[in-house]
Amino acid sequence: MADAIRIDSLKKSFRLGFIPKTREILKGISLSVREGEIFGYLGPNGAGKTTTIKCLLGLIFPDAGTIEVFGQSHLSARARQSLGFLPENPYFYDYLTAAEFLAFTADLFGLDRPERDERIARLLKLVGLERAASLRLRKFSRGMLQRVGLAQALINDPKLVILDEPLGGMDPLGRKEIRDIILRFKDEGKTVFFTSHILQDIEMICDHVAIVVGGRVVKQGPLQDLVSERVLFTEVTVLGVAPEAFRGLGEGVSARGDRVFLRILEETRVEEVLALVRERRGRVVSLSPRTETLEDIFVETVTGK
Amino acid sequence: MKRVWAIAGITFKEAKRDRILYLLFFFAALAIIASRVLAILTVGDRVKIIKDVGLASIQVFGVLMAVLIGTSLVYKEIDKKTIFTLLSKPLRRAEFILGKFLGLALTLLVMTAGMSLIFLAVVYLHTFRIEWTMLIAIAYIVLEVLLITAVAILFSSFSTPILSSIFSLAFYLIGHLSWGLEVLIKKMKAGAGRAAAQALYTFLPDLENFNFKTEVVHGLPIPAGIYLSSFLYGVFYTAFILGLAILIFRRRDFI
Repeated sequence: MADAIRIDSLKKSFRLGFIPKTREILKGISLSVREGEIFGYLGPNGAGKTTTIKCLLGLIFPDAGTIEVFGQSHLSARARQSLGFLPENPYFYDYLTAAEFLAFTADLFGLDRPERDERIARLLKLVGLERAASLRLRKFSRGMLQRVGLAQALINDPKLVILDEPLGGMDPLGRKEIRDIILRFKDEGKTVFFTSHILQDIEMICDHVAIVVGGRVVKQGPLQDLVSERVLFTEVTVLGVAPEAFRGLGEGVSARGDRVFLRILEETRVEEVLALVRERRGRVVSLSPRTETLEDIFVETVTGK
Repeated sequence: MKRVWAIAGITFKEAKRDRILYLLFFFAALAIIASRVLAILTVGDRVKIIKDVGLASIQVFGVLMAVLIGTSLVYKEIDKKTIFTLLSKPLRRAEFILGKFLGLALTLLVMTAGMSLIFLAVVYLHTFRIEWTMLIAIAYIVLEVLLITAVAILFSSFSTPILSSIFSLAFYLIGHLSWGLEVLIKKMKAGAGRAAAQALYTFLPDLENFNFKTEVVHGLPIPAGIYLSSFLYGVFYTAFILGLAILIFRRRDFI
């Protein structure tokens, strides 16, 4: 499949401050996003995620490197026509109603009136704001603004959707709804490029992940390749056996009431623990092997531990 | 062009919500009406005083509206980051600047029309006839206000509202004083000094080109060529300033 986004050796530095000091934000970012996939772009604060997105959108001009959207320069009119963008902490003209704001964004794409009205109605329904269509944006909560932001990003039915922290400021229910919408994009054949601090969400919906640290992509690949099936440790909860009995078997032993919690690093020790519980006529309440998560990979990559 | 009008429309909606606009309009109306009081206290032709003060009020308050609203228009979009959403769409930066200019120009036209109506009504109360010739002076005031709008947008595209307001008002003041340089050039002997003064005069704005107040108030004849040259001067200078604003805006990063 063709690349929806191809970024090659992207560099950008800023001269900031009263006495200008050059700060290199992007130190040679290279990545490619294939058409139809959900791509998660992760990194700690200040890693260069938003700067990469701003370069991609033509809001910032890179010092070096190339950016292509569907094989064309990211600044070309055709590239712009094919993408939708939701900024982080979106702020829109608060004196407009949701419907008026969407009509304005539709005008920027030159949509004619019937098509515009049909899309506005459909998008307001999609993001669950059909009842708030005639409410001024000033009265919207942060989560509602995020939804309007998502609707305006979709007004042109884009092939590529770029979302900067789309799940920020959403309640758990809202987050689930947005996640479902993003997954629906995939079914429709859209490509999604998004940043998030909420690694659980990325793990749930992304096909491909890139981790950026200090202006460089330090790890990237399909999610299943990055996150191994290896069991890191096993958590066991036991009832009816004194915690002292497990000394030497589990790494972490703690007790609350008559329950004992164990964390076992070596898989072979798990059998020994189960045998001991049987012998002492105790009961295993739960046993859960913990495999590697995206969070482990992220922490390991960012902190080097 | 649809995109330019979309930006112009949103700018008009935003500008007309600005309280400063109505505050200035109120004071402009007050000044125009108060010219009657001034006329009573003056010896001589009272109607001329009303016309003089009225036209000057339209000019000064029109310029103040252009400066105070124009300097914050582009800045606000950058400060509140609405520009990120706009420029990620197929909107060219030049279209954004032109849209902003047209939106504010429309707002100022409406305001000037309002001030002019009050002014013509006040004059009518004295002369019992509508003085259409006043519209010539007002038309050139509009041209001047549009030029100042372009200047305000130019400064707003790279500076803060306070600095932009200072720069724009300085432009206005220089524009009304630069005719002195023209007088000086005529009295200077040919040489490097005169060439330098000539170059400076060419570069600096001469807003007195738009001043037809004395002629219309005193009923003096105006050669037809002056109308055209002043009009062309206004159009080209405004286009030049907008071009400069677009050039700066196209190159800047939105951090």
